[in-house]
Amino acid sequence: MATSTMQFKIYRYDPDKDAAPYMQDMSVEVDYSIDRKLLDILTRLKAKDDTLSYRRSCREGICGSDAMNINGKNGLACLTEIKDLKQPVVLRPLPGLPVIRDLIVDMTQFFKQYHSIKPYLINEGPRPERERLQSPEEREELNGLYECILCACCSTSCPSFWWNPDKFVGPAGLLNAYRFIADTRDQATNERLDDLEDPYRLFRCHTIMNCVDVCPKGLNPTRAIGKIKEMMVRRAI
Amino acid sequence: MSKLTIPVRKFDAVIVGAGGSGLRAAIQLSEAGLKTAVLSKVFPTRSHTVAAQGGVSASLGNSEEDHWHWHMYDTVKGSDWLGDQDAIEYMCRMAPEVVVELEHFGMPFDRTDEGKIYQRPFGGHMSNFGEKPVRRACAAADRTGHAMLHALYQRNVRANTQFFVEWMALDLIRDDSGQVLGVIALEMETGEVVAFHAKATVFATGGAGRIFYSSTNAFINTGDGLGMAARAGIALEDMEFWQFHPTGVAGAGVLITEGVRGEGGILRNASNERFMERYAPNAKDLASRDVVSRAMVTEINEGRGCGPNKDFVLLDITHLDPATIMKRLPGIREISIQFAGIDPIKAPIPVVPTCHYQMGGVPTNYKGQVVGDDGTPVSGFYAAGEVACASVHGANRLGTNSLLDLLVFGKSSGDSVIDDLKSGAIGLKELPSGYADRTLARLHRLNTQTGGSNVSETRLELQRTMQKHCGVFRFKDMLAEGVAKILDIEKAVARTEIKDKSQVWNTARVEALELDNLIEVAKATMVSAEARKESRGAHVRDDAPDTPANPNGRDDVNWHKHTLWHRDGNRLSYKPVIMKPLSVESIALKTRSY
Repeated sequence: MATSTMQFKIYRYDPDKDAAPYMQDMSVEVDYSIDRKLLDILTRLKAKDDTLSYRRSCREGICGSDAMNINGKNGLACLTEIKDLKQPVVLRPLPGLPVIRDLIVDMTQFFKQYHSIKPYLINEGPRPERERLQSPEEREELNGLYECILCACCSTSCPSFWWNPDKFVGPAGLLNAYRFIADTRDQATNERLDDLEDPYRLFRCHTIMNCVDVCPKGLNPTRAIGKIKEMMVRRAI
Repeated sequence: MSKLTIPVRKFDAVIVGAGGSGLRAAIQLSEAGLKTAVLSKVFPTRSHTVAAQGGVSASLGNSEEDHWHWHMYDTVKGSDWLGDQDAIEYMCRMAPEVVVELEHFGMPFDRTDEGKIYQRPFGGHMSNFGEKPVRRACAAADRTGHAMLHALYQRNVRANTQFFVEWMALDLIRDDSGQVLGVIALEMETGEVVAFHAKATVFATGGAGRIFYSSTNAFINTGDGLGMAARAGIALEDMEFWQFHPTGVAGAGVLITEGVRGEGGILRNASNERFMERYAPNAKDLASRDVVSRAMVTEINEGRGCGPNKDFVLLDITHLDPATIMKRLPGIREISIQFAGIDPIKAPIPVVPTCHYQMGGVPTNYKGQVVGDDGTPVSGFYAAGEVACASVHGANRLGTNSLLDLLVFGKSSGDSVIDDLKSGAIGLKELPSGYADRTLARLHRLNTQTGGSNVSETRLELQRTMQKHCGVFRFKDMLAEGVAKILDIEKAVARTEIKDKSQVWNTARVEALELDNLIEVAKATMVSAEARKESRGAHVRDDAPDTPANPNGRDDVNWHKHTLWHRDGNRLSYKPVIMKPLSVESIALKTRSY
């Protein structure tokens, strides 16, 4: 058994008892023959101290629950290899959103922006008896877009979103906006572009590309944003 | 305690759970204009439907001839004849309609060259009543569940559905007549306890795969609906039947879809042999899941496993074109790299059978109405998805029938609510006095317990006990011992202690309350399994071997019946399997082979 102790510095805050947040030193025995991901270790830490609070569910990087700031970079605990982590591992909640408790943030603003782009297929035409047809090439346009898991790693790493979370849609919302614009079955392209043609909603993106750097699914919101801008230009000509 | 009151909120319908079935039911109710509350422990797109990979079945016949009747035959056969044939006919007939509807909602299915929904072969999917594999699984790469859950959530955004996100339902409210009047729920962010008083209550709470140590299931799959139903006096059906998915990543438990074998993947033992040819000469690697899992465990038990401890087998796709893998199986490539440390384009994936799905659950009819022991509906109570037992999966579920189940019965339960409201069969009855007492007492006990048992240790003991005593192969003596052990663990569950007393996002409290549900499921499973003295589908025991009188150990004379486990008295009763379909001829009992 390859065991050793891992050191952590973890952001702690329970509004029921703490006047202010603080960083707590924690350590735990790790068994490298079983433990592989940061979430495995958080589970061990929580077994020792049940007050440590974080979200988690699928533990395989598809539900998007356990996003947090790990050694200064946003990521999913369940996909983060422990052997690559510099110690003490510093864990903080996602930046830029209000903290509810420990590593749990209030995601209301993030989802509000997602909802604002009308994240659903708009096609008011008569419903055909069978599926609407779409060629494999048309379907391929959705790759790299539909896989978003709404973990918020991207939007909460974006300085533009930090400054204007109420006005700037943010990378996750814009990636999803383009997912519907790019869908040949969707009929609302013009309305969608109108909605985004705004100094804040889209144009606060300054291609800093933090979003691309942190996306745990390897998606590229900056490219999607570029495509939306391109369509606006083409439409204006 | 009985003097304590809690806030009450009134709705036409309350749906508990926002995975595939809850969201599908919510679409029906919201679009019908009913005042509906959807409660979920997690943000809807974090529900476990998101982890489904391979596909959703429907006899669309997009690539080759198919028919719902063949799908029905495969499902009955897959269920080892324990499925109810009325519900199975209903589901298979409805499949093309609900899948096309999902496409209209925006689901990004892969496409054939003609632009139709792409379909791939899957375990147990055959054409012409069991003749040869057929392409029936409608897929969005290997992320079908993710694509489906998001499409359903998106449709709910459009329909303006009212969600209560990060609320955990704690108990069902039932009056003396047995009518269900809603649920009591806990808001995780504030610790507030509220009654959701409704004319109709729909359970869409998912499964309880976390009763096992090694599980493909998410942390949240703790059988909350089953625990609530059992505490409210609803019997649980066929809980001995648990599916062990053949291909969980060895050590990690993360799922690798059967779609990998659908695309041409092959299982191999230590001597590189394609061993499924010996166990299922016709379907081979695409036999039913129970059959493949048992074959794998047999290979391992007989010393033909791989690795230093000979404790896994290999899933090989190195012979496939890398472009196919990148296009059709990108998600499992990611998972293999992440959790097995290997790239499946270059090397085979180490896999072991892993607990995956609960075939049993809260008894319902095919309309999604919860039914009592005599088959009559429990007024005001509906269930769909993995928490429910319609029963379409019987003793073993076919791959991709789970996502189909969510769509069909999510929709039918929603429609039943609408019909029952219209006909006046259900209405808003007054809450009985003291309806919240038991729940508040449970919370109070947890808050004040000292010198009690540790939640994570007790849960681990429960999971290890289930794994050891109630796994892929079951043994008479181990089952009996398992019952005693689980009843012992129940005592520890009754006195769990948490150090965290905060009202704000208290995950320790949530985990303790989840354990209250896990123990009910563990009891139901162990007791039902111990009692069923035959082998059928996923339930195979040493004292019911393959004999000429009982092929595969199945004993239709004595055991062709559904189990009902009653929490009160920890006792069992049985009810007949519905052999009569809705419109076609009954599919008669037959020995199952692939």
